[in-house]
Amino acid sequence: MKSYTENSDMFRRHFLTRAAAGVTASVFALPALALTTGRARSLVDQLVADINRALSSGLAPGAMHAEFERIFRRYADVPTIAAYALGVDGRRASAAQKRAFQEAFIGYIARKYGTRFRDFAGGRIEVDEVRQVKSFYEVSCTAHLPGEAPFAVDFMVSDNAGRDLFFNMKIEGVNLLLTERTEIGAMIDRRGGNLDGMIQDLRSSG
Amino acid sequence: MFFPVIRPMLAGLALGLSAACTLPAPGAAPADGIFDPYETRNRATHARSKAVDRRVIRPVALAYADTVPQPVQEMVVHFADNLAVPGAVLNQLLQLDLGGALHNGVRFGLNSTLGFAGVFDVAAEFGIYEDEADFGQTLAVWGVPEGAYLELPILGPATERDAVGRVVDLLIDPLNTIARPESLYLKLPKVAAKVGKRGRYAASVDSLFYDSADSYAQSRLLYLQNRRFDVGVSDRAISSTADGEIDPYSELSGAMTDPYEELYGEQ
Repeated sequence: MKSYTENSDMFRRHFLTRAAAGVTASVFALPALALTTGRARSLVDQLVADINRALSSGLAPGAMHAEFERIFRRYADVPTIAAYALGVDGRRASAAQKRAFQEAFIGYIARKYGTRFRDFAGGRIEVDEVRQVKSFYEVSCTAHLPGEAPFAVDFMVSDNAGRDLFFNMKIEGVNLLLTERTEIGAMIDRRGGNLDGMIQDLRSSG
Repeated sequence: MFFPVIRPMLAGLALGLSAACTLPAPGAAPADGIFDPYETRNRATHARSKAVDRRVIRPVALAYADTVPQPVQEMVVHFADNLAVPGAVLNQLLQLDLGGALHNGVRFGLNSTLGFAGVFDVAAEFGIYEDEADFGQTLAVWGVPEGAYLELPILGPATERDAVGRVVDLLIDPLNTIARPESLYLKLPKVAAKVGKRGRYAASVDSLFYDSADSYAQSRLLYLQNRRFDVGVSDRAISSTADGEIDPYSELSGAMTDPYEELYGEQ
């Protein structure tokens, strides 16, 4: 009798845990299925507002890099971008090396693009339109710089990571994923294939 | 004066160039969209150009950006850009892009008159921005393949198609009808505008040239992506992966690793 109750309690507890897990999963899964043009646009609207604020802030280079690092962590799918940049060399990297690489990569991107965007100081970006490409959304923007013809800046947005994040950016057709895969590949070659050496170099580049 | 020579030349050009451009062997189109059979020679040219930049162009450009007042720099750029418009219109006509030709015609008219011979970009105030066109693009529209990647001395990255385009643009420039030496004076602002841009975007150019692990590979990738974007004509000889519509999720979930599982799954 007693054992039966215990069993049924156990059963009930398991059932509840599982049900709870299932509910949690579907709560998180539901919005993930529904990335829309509206949501892709709202992500880029916020992202662009943050970039524009940084561009007009007149921050010193160091503070600008910190701001870009914050923007990158908040809006970008960093694990995916880092894994893509590492490319086939990622296959032989240990989990610890991948973690170290990803951290170094964030700082490197913030310094590098913080510097590039410094040339855009005084400019602003406007969001134009959103279109679906394959399983993701491409949000087209136009950058306006004083004394320059406007040019295209596009953000690729996906919810594959469970949240709406951008995973690629194109400035006049030049995209971040290919550029960084080429650069990281060259850094690995320069170190004769040594991943730890590349990660060490990455911490001071950009 | 050039035109009687040019007409028969143009007629034979598209056909001739299709045969003259280096093409990847059938089925051997590079997966990364980069066709660079002259890489060794290109790298040597790149190294020499970088040395010239470091010793001459960069210091001059930085001094120019520092000493010439910003409004004057902008006037030089506007003046030089305006002089490039007749050539762009000619190319748009050759591409049968009548809308573009009209757009640039209006722009040229406004800036040459209200803009004091192009010194002020009045048209931009009306939202009529420059719509660049060149003969390399015209060749692309005519169906001439991109050909191999080339690094030209000082001028920098090009493809075989664009290198030919640059030469033809010099020859067919409507400004050539202006007599010398005035036509030569008109080339000076172009050079000054180029130098000015090197100075103004010093941080970006320096980071590309001097901070990249492989500045040759970076310049090549940057040029090809940007050029294909500008030309706006896809080249079937080159794979579409370089066009930028990369889906890293499908690539990474394939034979490779799932970054989330690898990074966070093992807690």
